[in-house]
Amino acid sequence: MKLLMPYITGGIVPGWTAFLSAFAHAGADMIEVGLPFSDPTVDGPTIQEASDAALARGTTPASVLADLAGTRVGIPLVASTYANIALRPGFGDALAAAGVSGLIVPDLPLDELAGLDVPGVQVSLLASPATPDDRLAEIGRRSQGFVYAVSVMGTTGERDRLAPSAVLLAARLKQVTDLPVLVGFGISTPQQAAEAAAAADGVIVGAAVMRRILDGANPAEVGAFVASLRAALSPVAPVR
Amino acid sequence: MSSITVRATVPPGRYGSYGGRYVPESLIPACEAVAEAFSEAWADPRFRGSLTALLSAHVGRPTPLTPAVRLSAELGVTVLLKREDLTHTGSHKINNVLGQALLARRMGRTRLIAETGAGMHGVATATAGALLGLPVTVFMGERDVERQAHNVFRMRLLGAEVVTVTTGSRTLKDATSEAMRHWVTDADEAYYCVGSVIGPHPYPMMVREFQRVIGDEARQQCAAELPAATPDYVVACVGGGSNAAGTFAGFVETSAKLVGVEAEGGSGAANGEVGVLHGFRSLFLQDEHGQIREAHSIAAGLDYPGVGPEHAYLRDLGRARYVTASDGEAIAAAVRLARAEGVLPAIESAHALAWVVRAAGTPELPSGSTVLVTLSGRGDKDVTTLIAEADLG
Repeated sequence: MKLLMPYITGGIVPGWTAFLSAFAHAGADMIEVGLPFSDPTVDGPTIQEASDAALARGTTPASVLADLAGTRVGIPLVASTYANIALRPGFGDALAAAGVSGLIVPDLPLDELAGLDVPGVQVSLLASPATPDDRLAEIGRRSQGFVYAVSVMGTTGERDRLAPSAVLLAARLKQVTDLPVLVGFGISTPQQAAEAAAAADGVIVGAAVMRRILDGANPAEVGAFVASLRAALSPVAPVR
Repeated sequence: MSSITVRATVPPGRYGSYGGRYVPESLIPACEAVAEAFSEAWADPRFRGSLTALLSAHVGRPTPLTPAVRLSAELGVTVLLKREDLTHTGSHKINNVLGQALLARRMGRTRLIAETGAGMHGVATATAGALLGLPVTVFMGERDVERQAHNVFRMRLLGAEVVTVTTGSRTLKDATSEAMRHWVTDADEAYYCVGSVIGPHPYPMMVREFQRVIGDEARQQCAAELPAATPDYVVACVGGGSNAAGTFAGFVETSAKLVGVEAEGGSGAANGEVGVLHGFRSLFLQDEHGQIREAHSIAAGLDYPGVGPEHAYLRDLGRARYVTASDGEAIAAAVRLARAEGVLPAIESAHALAWVVRAAGTPELPSGSTVLVTLSGRGDKDVTTLIAEADLG
């Protein structure tokens, strides 16, 4: 079965953790929770807007983690944030206390990983279409939990079609790692999710989720979108 | 103090614990390509020769060292001005840009992208693009587009595309973020011409090397001008810190005391905390949660919340001191230099002078000292600001 990991910007709206339950009920296998940062240089307009909105209502990385600590979702939670947040003293303890099992830091490449101290948390690395073979193998060896295949040379954000580079990169990664390979960046529709997952072990869907939340969709409505992704990835009905 | 070596003991791209390459995987090959190309080019006498020829014929180097005779008499210290304001395009930015544009061409890149604050780096990049036949796209914050309309027009006049950045604080920080986002989408064709000693390795090192012509020239000129051969103090303004890095490079192994002057509202080195932004680890203004704070300065070129990693390192070593000057002090210093010497400095550069004016005759800068001040740029671009802000008495 293919894996589905929707993304949400932590603290985006009051009561935002209701979305986590909705995603789990809709058949998500894991959820990526963004800890908002003031300067999200890897994100496109949608997640930039979501980060700004979350920060504007007083959200902090600590408040998101506190919200998570008080929430039982039943599936693994993977935090994502930028190096400036992740490298702060005490961050590893805060992650562990929140019950987060994984971490993604898009601006912390292989070469800078030594500075990260998050005991008990699996750090998943990103690979890009431009990553050369030897480096790709190293990413495969050192990644934990899964490998994040960045589908396209660009920032996060919805796109009209799946980039051909996504399938190519997923296939290259499958040759160098036994970890699940999840494709992310730009997956916007159930059809694109199915296309990407055909070459990989699953997909990560961020901006398409966040645009709906920014447009005011409630947890049930965004849950329905996640369920449509789930349905496209496997014919099996989600477990309720 | 004997001469010290502040490099060579740390891995490439590191200045103590600062620097590094904190970029998404997508940009790693592009950074490595630039590092490799620069390393080869800098060791190639033909490349050096082409750059030197351009700096002479196009930029007007070497720039003079001007004794500020009347100001010196007023302050009781001997002030020497390194005149980057006299370079073609009006600021030191052109030194770095021509180096990087030549490198981009050598690498076979087909276009240049750049971020800009005050617009001087944007104008310099547009100029280099026109000179070398490379299309240029400049990212500039909306607030800076408004307050530096003159430079926006100059860039367009030179054929560059100016992209207005409307996110975040709408200044240099956000323009830099947007340039990096754009670079990822076209890393095979576009060369990112970073304007200061910031960014992922090799940019802080490479930009310092392209700017060290300021310090190297000034050191020779001081040797001819001063009985003691080197000045007691070397002072430059610091936003990201490129004119200071270039100036300091010529004096870091002398006994001269190095002083970087930041804007009061953009004082990464003086008041920042360790963090990571725009690909490098250094000192940044940030809140207790790790969110980067917006810088505020009347000088758009100093409106950056961080400082280049080598400056953070020099600060920690105690080799350089970082102080601040306020908007008002900078304006007053600009007017004072104009009236005493007939030289109108950029408001950015006026921050360096403002510290000299404030410190002269105190234990910070005792009477009788000799002081080299780098005038990083000229003030023509700031006339509109000065009309609104300056009190001409």
